[in-house]
Order: sequence, then structure tokens, then C-alpha cells
Amino acid sequence: MEYFLQQLINGVTLGAIYGLIAIGYTMVYGIIGMINFAHGEIFMIGAFISLISFLILGPSGGAMVPIALLVVLLIAMSLTAVYGWALERIAYRPLRGSPRLAALISAIGMSIILQNYVQLSQGARVKTLQPVIEGGFQLMKAGNFTVVLSYMQIIIVVVTVSLMAVFWTVITKTALGRAQRACEQDRTMAALLGIDVDRTISITFILGAALAAVAGMMVTLYYGVIDFYVGFLAGIKAFTADVLGGIGSIPGAMLGGLLIGLIEAFWSGYFSIEYKDVAAFSILVLVLVFRPSGLLGRPEVEKV
Amino acid sequence: MASQPQDWSATLKESAITAAIAAALMFPMIGLYTSTRAGGLAIETRWIELAIGVLLIFLGRIALIRLRDGERLVPFVGGVFAVGLGLQLPLPNGLLTVCCIAGGAVVVLRSVVLWVGGKLKATNDARNSPPLAARAQLFLKQYGPWLGAAVIAFAIAFPWLPFADRRLIDLATLVLIYVMLGWGLNIVVGLAGLLDLGYVAFYAIGAYSFALLSSNYDMSFWACLPVAAMLAAFLGILLGFPVLRLRGDYLAIVTLGFGEMIRIILINWVDFTKGPDGISGIPKPTLFGLSFSRRPPEGTESFHQFFDIPYASVDRIIFLFYVALGLALLTNAFILRIRKLPIGRAWEALREDEIACRSLGLNPTNIKLSAFALGAMFGGLAGAVFAARQSFISPESFTFIESAIILAVVVLGGMGSQIGVAIAAILLIGLPEWFRELQDYRMLAFGALMVAIMVWRPKGILSFREPTLRLHEEDRGAKQ
Repeated sequence: MEYFLQQLINGVTLGAIYGLIAIGYTMVYGIIGMINFAHGEIFMIGAFISLISFLILGPSGGAMVPIALLVVLLIAMSLTAVYGWALERIAYRPLRGSPRLAALISAIGMSIILQNYVQLSQGARVKTLQPVIEGGFQLMKAGNFTVVLSYMQIIIVVVTVSLMAVFWTVITKTALGRAQRACEQDRTMAALLGIDVDRTISITFILGAALAAVAGMMVTLYYGVIDFYVGFLAGIKAFTADVLGGIGSIPGAMLGGLLIGLIEAFWSGYFSIEYKDVAAFSILVLVLVFRPSGLLGRPEVEKV
Repeated sequence: MASQPQDWSATLKESAITAAIAAALMFPMIGLYTSTRAGGLAIETRWIELAIGVLLIFLGRIALIRLRDGERLVPFVGGVFAVGLGLQLPLPNGLLTVCCIAGGAVVVLRSVVLWVGGKLKATNDARNSPPLAARAQLFLKQYGPWLGAAVIAFAIAFPWLPFADRRLIDLATLVLIYVMLGWGLNIVVGLAGLLDLGYVAFYAIGAYSFALLSSNYDMSFWACLPVAAMLAAFLGILLGFPVLRLRGDYLAIVTLGFGEMIRIILINWVDFTKGPDGISGIPKPTLFGLSFSRRPPEGTESFHQFFDIPYASVDRIIFLFYVALGLALLTNAFILRIRKLPIGRAWEALREDEIACRSLGLNPTNIKLSAFALGAMFGGLAGAVFAARQSFISPESFTFIESAIILAVVVLGGMGSQIGVAIAAILLIGLPEWFRELQDYRMLAFGALMVAIMVWRPKGILSFREPTLRLHEEDRGAKQ
């Protein structure tokens, strides 16, 4: 029971991080129908930017830590957003309207470029950060095993949930969100009705990148270890989460992220840590066999 | 084009905006550096690098704007100057040097293209002939068979040409492996229209089945080859069966996951695959039992002894090249033939319209499955050749990036075009290998090449993605 609870806590934390990355994927997919393969790399860049800015601000230390963290968060979000914008502008906008595979190849190329750019500019070594926020609540004790809910985990879940709430309000309530949903349904019609489609798509990329940056910062602080390669696996996992939840659907991305996080935590807790990725993918295949468009996805309507 | 824009303030403003964005992008990554010291990480600053980088972007942007406005000479001179500067001046960072040279080269290239293109356009207008790309396609259609024969003749003669040294022949073998992989994946992606991001799994299966069979059971390359191909095809069916109902991107992610699963299993199933250490000492193929070693084991004869010629270690590499070439030609012949059979037609029909196919009584699952299995089979063949070439394999060689490279070969080649895939393989595999000195920048250049070719020609280098058959031949003229 105690062990189960601990894995549940770890799983939810991991799921929150995956969910944040997954939203960026699913938004882009919804609006321009392409897999933004470089999104995992954007997450990695967010992690690096937050590491760097934390190293600058961190030493001020002491009681200032919460403020420093907030500043780091804002810096990472805004600078990573610039990366997201530039990515779309350079590699995707010229390809709008060309075959979908072309955009996919361009995205994969961009992902290779970003990975190597970071490797060349920041070095291939693993970067380790001293833990910033230590300690936590001891929830339960059974024999030698203590269930710990660390402060960091609380921060991750709280930040994620509140950001998702803000994000959800933006999508459903504001003019920007309406424009986004309109572009999702029919870009030509939206343009005819006076929506600046290019701008809307740019903003989608900016929002997605900002959320990925938050996830990057969380991972940096939570695990304390990053390198230029972290984006790849995280990106694939997040994309798996999207497909699991039904790609193009934002609640689906959140749900899928949570599920993938839980699967991974429980599998590595109870079975073998080596095969946790195999487990995640197998469950994805199983779900897709029975629900070909994901858990919350709308089935595609075929028109002849 | 004809306008004479001397509006320098607008140009400068636009360039300044670009430079500002570039500064925001480069500030954390180039301007600051996290160095590992005793007691944790520390930050170092690199303002000079940052300033040079931003300046380069600023100048490059100006050059591109001038090019867009139709000016050629000044950007050309500037580009040449940048290349020379990059080559001569020791910039503080290798990355900057490479960017300076590459950027200059791009500007030079674009001004040349603009100049030549302008001339061509003028003559074209005069003669009222179709644009260059269409003419190239027409040329290929007319002389395709001859061109193919010429390419094959060149490939056969290749090891005996004066400039072909050991390294080049070895590289050519690698290119041929990728050509084979590209053609195999082309069945799945180009012909059947199924996006497969985990093709590397079949490549790995082929390589590992040869490696394991030869190291555990002493089987020879030629005996393993069909087994490797069949195992890969079987795996293709096994994977395809549950997932082929899925469409487009769902299929893509499942195949991607499958590729990763195979790799993870190869790493972790240490008893069977020797895990991350890999398998070494994989034997080389033999020519009817004649090995290519200097001193063959007791009771066997080697190639140079049998033919009574002096031993040359390059023979082995040349032989492997011919093995790869033979298998590649076999693949090509197979695909060209099967495209004309009902099953080949059915792949293309399915790609164009699945619903129409179903209403005509075709079974989509079986058709997709056959495409998947055949594609996997060629992947397995290529994998066996790869294992023979390397004589060492490990899960490292079968990462997702490999799948991406093969897919890039197919897409850049223009899906469905055999010769296009071959050209793309030479471009993507051969060129970066050639610039081995640039080691670290190789993958960066590779990614840049992928993006650049896609932005420049979204349909691939030679795009032939049109049905092989048309009901009304005259439609074609009307549509174009």
C-alpha cells in the first residue's frame, strides 16, 4: 500500500511533466496537422535555458529562492518561446501547403540541428545541478519504507495544474483561443473571416514552446541532470501521450500524459526499470487496437 | 525584380529585427556557457562570440534582402568575402567559422542561381518551352532506361576507376546499403503510402540475425541472408497485423515505438544479444566458399590462393561492394517488376484512395501487410550486408535517427522514384561521410541539408509521385 502510494505520487509528477510537453504537440497538430518533431528539442532548450539562468540567479540564494525561481521560469518561458517562433518561421512556414511528409522531414532535420547546436555550444557532457529545493512531507511510515511527498513534487503538480487551467481559459474564453479553434477547423474560411492565420499559428508555437520550457525547468530542478539528448525521449513519450489521449485534443493530451507517467512509474516500481519504455509503447498499441483514434479523440470522418 | 530598391533604411530595419531575434536566440546558448568545475557548474561568458554571431546574421540578412530585390553582384562579392574570411581568420569558435563559411556559400550560391536562373528564364520565355524541372522529368522519362544502364555500368566499373581508393569503395558500399534501405522503405512509404518511422527495427533484425546465426551456429553469410530477410519479413507481418487499421500519424507513432522497443530489447536482453557491448567478429562473406583472408583456416582455400594472384586486402572490400551492388540491383529489379503486378498496382491504388479500393473488393489489410512485409524483407537484407561490412554491431547503430535518415532518403528522393532515392542516398550519406574532418559539424550539416532541401523542393529532388497508370492518357496534358 505504501509502496503503491509512493509510485502513484511519482507517476503523477512525471505525468504532469509529460502533459505539459504533450500540449505543445497536440496544439500544433490540431492547427496545422503536422507532427512537430522538434518539440522535444524545444523542451530540451527550455531545460538548458532554465539551468543557465538558475546558475546566474541561484547564488543570491536564501530567502530569495522562490523569487529567483519565478524569474527563472519567466526567462526560460520567454526565451524558449523565441525558439518556438523561429522554428516555425524558418522550417515550417515555407512548407505550408506542401506534402505532409515534407514538413515532417523538415521537422526531423530541425530536431537534429537543435540537438547538435546545443551539443556544440554547451558541450556533450551531462550537466548536474545541485538540488535546489530539498525535503518534503513524510506521509506514511511502514517498517523501513517511508512515503515521501517532496516539496518539488508539490511545486511541479501545482504549477502544472495552474498553468493548464490558465491555458484552458485562454483556449476556450479569449479571442485568441477562438481564432485558434477556427484555424483548426478551416484555415481558409478563418482567413476569409479576417483572422490572421499566420499570426495565430505563430502564437500557437509560442505557447507550446513556453509550456515546454516550464516542463524543461521542472525536469532540471526535479532530476538535476540534463544533457543535449534529453529532448528526444521526452518528446517521443509526450507524443505517445498525445496519441494515447487522441491527437489534436487538449484534454486528451493531459490525460495521456498522466497515463504515460503512471504506467512508467508503476512498471518501474513493480516490474523492471529497463523495460518501462516498452511497457508504455505496448499499452499504446493495445489502446489503439481497440480505440484507433485514442481515448478522447474524435474518430476521423471519411468523406468521399 | 525589376524595381530599383535603394531603400536602405527599410533593409537595415528588417536586418536589425532579425539580428535582435538572433541575439535573443543565441544569448543563452552561445553567449553563456556552463562549464563543469569542482563543486558544480559555473557560468562563463562568451560575449565576443555572441557579438560576432549576431553580426554575421545581420550581414547575412542584408545580403539575402538585396538578393531578393534582384541585386547579384554585391551579395556575391560579400559571400565570397565571408567564405574567405571564415577560411582565413581564426574565429574564437569552430561553430562560428563553420556558420560563416556555410552562410557565405549559401549567399554565393543563391546569387549564382539567381543569375543563371534569370538567364534561363529569359531564353525560356523566348522559346516558350516548359520550365526546367518539367524538362528534367521529360528527359528522365525519355532516357530513363539508358540513364539507368549508364549508372549501373558506372557502379560496376567503380572499384577499378583510378580515384577509387579503399575508403571510397567502403563508403560506396555504405551508400549502397542505404540505397537498398531507401528502396525497401519506398515500398511502404512511397508506394503504399504508410508512414513508417520504425524501419530501423527491420534493419536491426537483419543485422542481428546474421550476427547471431554466424557466431552461434557458424552459418555462412549466404545461408544467413535468406534467413535474415525472412525473419525481418515475418516481424513485419507480426507488427503490421495489429496496427494496420490505424491511419497516418497513429501508425507513425506505433512504428516509431516498435523501433524503440526492438532497440531496448537488444540492449537489455544481455544473454541473447550481448547487450550494449554488441557482437564482434562477424565473418565476411565468401565467394563460393573462397574466403578473402590472407591465411584461410585449415582445409579451406582463399581467393588469392585459388586464383593464384598476390594477396591484396582491398579485394575483400571490393567483393563486399559487389555483393551490396548485386543485392541492390536485385532489389531494384524486384521492385520495378512488382510495381507492374496487380499487388503493386493495388499499393498505389490504396495510397490514392482507400475507400475506392475497398468498394472494388480489394482487401486493404492484406495489401498493406504485403507492403509492410516486403519492405521489411529488404530492410533485413540490408541489415545483413551492414553487419558483414562492419563485422561489429551494437544497438547503438539502430537508433531512431537511423530511421529518420532512411525516411529522409526516401522523401528527399521524391517518393516513388528509384533513381531519385539513389541520388538522395549519395547526397545524404556520401557527402557527410566525405567531410569526416568536420566530425562534430557533420550531423549539424546533415540536419541543415534536410531542412534546406525540403524548403527548396518540398516534393523531393525528383518527384514522380503520380500513379503509374492512368485511365485516360490525354488527361495528363490537360491537368498540367
